[in-house]
Amino acid sequence: MVITRRVPFVLSGALVAAAIAGCIVAWGASARAGDAPPPPEHAGLLHVRPSSVAFDRAGEAAQVTIANGGAGPLAVTAVRVASVGEPDFTTGPVPRRTLGPGESLAVTVVYRPRAGGPRQSFAALEIEHADGPGASTGPRVDIIALRGGEGRFLLTLLVFSPLFGLPFLLLWPRGRERWLRWLALAATLVPLGAAARMLATFDPAFPRAAGNFGYQMVQHVVWIRAFNVEYHVGVDGLSVGLTALTALIATVAAIGSWSIPLARNLRGYLSLLLVLETGMLGVFVSLDLFLFYVFWEMVLVPMFFLIGLWGGPRREYAAIKFFLYTLLGSVLILLAIIALYYASRSTILVDGTPAAHTLDIPKLVHLNDFDEHPALLGFKFANLVWVLLFVGFAIKVPLVPLHTWLPDAHVEAPTAVSVVLAGILLKMGTYGMLRLNWAILPSATVWASPVVAGLGALAVIYGGLCALASVDLKRLVAYSSIGHLGFCLIGMAALTPIAVNGAIFQMLSHGVVSALLFLLVGVIYDRTGERGLDAFGGVATVMPRYTAVFALGFFASLGLPGLSGFIGEVMTLLGSLGRFRTATVVAAFGLVLAAAYNLWAIRRIHFGVLPERWRAVLAGRDLDGREWASLLPLVLLALAMGLYPAPVLELSAVSVSDLLALFGLPITGLGGGL
Amino acid sequence: MTGGPLSNAASWRPLIPELILAVGTIVVLAVGLGRRAASRGWLLALALATLLGAVAATPLTMEPSIPVGQEAPGAVRGLALFGGLLARDGFADFFKLLFGAAGAVVVLSSFASREGRGDEPGERALGGVLAPAASIASPTAGPPSSGEPRRGDRDAAEYAALLLSVVLGADLMAAATDLLTAYLALEFVSLLSYVLAAFGRRSRRSAEAGLKYAIYGGVATGAMLYGFSWLYGLAGTTELAGVRAALASAPPLVSGTILALCLAGLGFKMAVVPFHSWCPDVYEGAPTPVAAFFSVVPKAAGFALAFRFLVGSPEATLSVAGADAGAALVTGQGPATVVASVLAVIAMVSMTLGNLAAIPQRKLKRLLAYSSIAQAGNLAMALAVGSPAAERALLVYLGIYLFMNLAAFLAVTALVRAGEGDTLDDLAGLGGRAPLLSLGLTLAVLSLAGLPPLGGFVAKFAMFSATIERGAAGGGPIFYALAAAGVANTVVSVYYYARVAKVIYFDRPRAGAPARLPVPLSHAALVGITAAGVVALGIYAPPLTALAEKSALLWPGP
Repeated sequence: MVITRRVPFVLSGALVAAAIAGCIVAWGASARAGDAPPPPEHAGLLHVRPSSVAFDRAGEAAQVTIANGGAGPLAVTAVRVASVGEPDFTTGPVPRRTLGPGESLAVTVVYRPRAGGPRQSFAALEIEHADGPGASTGPRVDIIALRGGEGRFLLTLLVFSPLFGLPFLLLWPRGRERWLRWLALAATLVPLGAAARMLATFDPAFPRAAGNFGYQMVQHVVWIRAFNVEYHVGVDGLSVGLTALTALIATVAAIGSWSIPLARNLRGYLSLLLVLETGMLGVFVSLDLFLFYVFWEMVLVPMFFLIGLWGGPRREYAAIKFFLYTLLGSVLILLAIIALYYASRSTILVDGTPAAHTLDIPKLVHLNDFDEHPALLGFKFANLVWVLLFVGFAIKVPLVPLHTWLPDAHVEAPTAVSVVLAGILLKMGTYGMLRLNWAILPSATVWASPVVAGLGALAVIYGGLCALASVDLKRLVAYSSIGHLGFCLIGMAALTPIAVNGAIFQMLSHGVVSALLFLLVGVIYDRTGERGLDAFGGVATVMPRYTAVFALGFFASLGLPGLSGFIGEVMTLLGSLGRFRTATVVAAFGLVLAAAYNLWAIRRIHFGVLPERWRAVLAGRDLDGREWASLLPLVLLALAMGLYPAPVLELSAVSVSDLLALFGLPITGLGGGL
Repeated sequence: MTGGPLSNAASWRPLIPELILAVGTIVVLAVGLGRRAASRGWLLALALATLLGAVAATPLTMEPSIPVGQEAPGAVRGLALFGGLLARDGFADFFKLLFGAAGAVVVLSSFASREGRGDEPGERALGGVLAPAASIASPTAGPPSSGEPRRGDRDAAEYAALLLSVVLGADLMAAATDLLTAYLALEFVSLLSYVLAAFGRRSRRSAEAGLKYAIYGGVATGAMLYGFSWLYGLAGTTELAGVRAALASAPPLVSGTILALCLAGLGFKMAVVPFHSWCPDVYEGAPTPVAAFFSVVPKAAGFALAFRFLVGSPEATLSVAGADAGAALVTGQGPATVVASVLAVIAMVSMTLGNLAAIPQRKLKRLLAYSSIAQAGNLAMALAVGSPAAERALLVYLGIYLFMNLAAFLAVTALVRAGEGDTLDDLAGLGGRAPLLSLGLTLAVLSLAGLPPLGGFVAKFAMFSATIERGAAGGGPIFYALAAAGVANTVVSVYYYARVAKVIYFDRPRAGAPARLPVPLSHAALVGITAAGVVALGIYAPPLTALAEKSALLWPGP
């Protein structure tokens, strides 16, 4: 403390404090102030209470009081409810009335959602008024936001609850640091619980026709009015599975981070993990493009630090390569988002303010058609924007040939970070493609689908070949990720219900399986410090349980029936055989490659003779409780999804059919020709 | 203007914020000249009172403006003072708030702490204000004889007076609507800046910085004055509106030459390519709080003046249907004019050169100087676009730029005050040695790169949106190229900004570096406040965007 205690410094401090207080007061006053007061001859002044109304249950009624706070007459000419689509709120008949000074008028608003089910409603109550007879400025309209429906805050709680753990983590006293891990685990269990509740409340049969454009648990408020940006979150069949998966993988990663030593700034590591979780959860539930982009980019900085500070020998190179490469993709997405914004039609924000353009994803999908937009720089607008978005997302997936950041990032990252990277971050790319490219620009998707399918097939083969050539186990798993997501791409490009549902299932399955695989690699790396496939052999003789789980994980990766990988792969291949015969056949050959590298990995590590130098570190050190805690949920999930995939497939079925309805293609189950 | 230009007598009331600054400057100078030693504390309190008084007086003396959405075509918001020499409108008021806030933060940073080893690393503590007044190492210090003001504190009064005067000059620059006032205000700011740059008395680099600034600035403003003289000859008036109309209808060779000359002076203040070469040397040589001040106040004042000169006009309602596009230098709609294209090229080159040149820098202040040049390129995008959205983006960007740039420079100041050097290697391992300072610097630097959820992203989003909107509204490919250059430069800039963060957290500290850095609390608090502002504006930007909308010169139109 070096501020000397003298009167003038205290005075200066008081001035600064007064300045800050003045700023806050000025902000509050300006937020509350309306326009300049009307000219004196028409001095009616509208006061409306409350400024927004929220309902929880259908049939609830609320009273809105319109009072005249001025010295002259105030004429209320109309009171009406405005919303996108049919409003779920009704008002009783309101006669045109002129209020004298001090008089007030009560309007009753009733919440009547038309369809049952998890539907949230948003509308605006417009009060048209004039300040007096013959007012020269014409009638003015004041707006009150109306919101109804339960479950509105669940997704906000889900997304931001990891951040609640941050102050605890950062301010935890120094001596008791072994509790930090439990604290972080608790912070990841809260969103897991919220995700469980979300799955329980989610209605798989809620179609778009039932309202809210087909999204559930929606929360929708205005955020930055100047840019027409809103805070709009909701889930539908495409995102609910991924959101739940994210919450689960984050918890598993927190358990997998147990081995990070205290001395290596555990506090910072866990804080960054929590911020990362918020970013990932936010991406999947965002329904506004600005919000989507903020969460999308929010993921980059924690990953940069996590890889660069706690990673392997070449961590700095891997971290900066990851950062710059994915940032390049992100800025292309930003350009495309802004282009879409300015090409969109005018609409109203959720509280009724008119907006010249919109960033709202449901409105862009359903109320805008970009096919007839004038050409941009000589290219068809929809196609150009589609390509920009696709390249941005393809870097994240990653698609060959934009994949070179992935092996380095995975190999150098610590185990838990690899789990998160493979389990969730890669899915953000394919999800982004579905949510933005497929839904907003369907004609461009059809135009590009052959190339997408070709790239998917290329990814399967190339990923398989590189995995076959790998000598590092982690690099092998990284390349297998590239291969798995190739199946996703083929399924998405085929645009048949089986294929797209299969692609979504493959995303979920890949999340579970790749997380499992990286945790398994971490087990042996923690014990021996070695990951080379040729350095081992005969591990089954000393760690049989590990071998069992390892084998199960790698069988799931190769697509063995009975495990989740099979369902995803077979559905995507069946669904795309009709439309893209060549790509499907090529990808099917990729299955042989997958079998080859997976089985060979199992054999090289677990069978044969154990090198003597490992006997001391491996014997008697089979999987311990913590490792079981992180592996078992994933194993059980892989088995459950493989043996009984129906519940998971049901989650996405209705949303996929709504999505495919945008394309106008014939909806046949297996894609014709079969 | 509503009701026509005000007479001289009626123009004083709207100038109360400037008057407060002027009176405060005189009082500070007088206090410093007195025989009794004026303690730094009282000078700090006086300077703060002046600046915050000017900031508080701004909204209080504002005339009620016509509400947004109710303007009649042809009417303007604001007052013309002194028969059209100065303007008092929302645009000028926004900059008054900006400059007052920046001045207050820099004054606090310069005066707040008596501890620390001075400003220039490795050099003996200076006898100037930016070192402790009674420093052991300074040969002229020693127990002062009674009654004789200490050398350091006399410099402190001059320093404070200079800062206040530059803020005053910057306010006038942002309000100037006439060539004469523009030149006077610009020279006022420039001359005082030359002195401020050379204020590190014992530092050769500081003297070199001041000299380079003076020579370069002299030539640049001289060229601008020459251009202004041609403008007067062309237009017959010195009012900006008439000058702009005359320039727009002049033959291309004439208008091109004049514009090149005028851009010399304006570009010098904004620090855009090709008028940027003074920037790295001056920022590096000047004392760090002064460099922080330079990176915000004169630059923003330059942008304000350039915007009024090139784009904004009281009469030309550029976005109302029926405006004569031929009479404007930069239009807000339709194909890009030649001037707008030139400005776009300047913006692109500034961004690119600033970012590329920053990559090999090892000294923090030079790195931040090149980063300022690149940010000036970003800001110049708004000048090229010239639409109401671009103006709002400019104001929002400058507001956020204030916080993030000051945070970065103040972190360097704190580092130097704590006894470290100011090179990139001195940042090594700072994460463990000064956690809060490191966090503040990292947030500032990542916000400068434009990463969400920090304020820099909101600023960049606003700027790119305005640029693409202009392109989509028939502006032609130059604006798309501008936006593409903007995003490409974002990626390039992340390389060196992230390198700062990397060195702070990834690298091991130098051998022999102390385990905990004794950062003075006042400096850490200032870094914390500005960094918190960056985060707060990133998460909830509406206060700033609403203020920018209210302050705008150009209207959204129907």
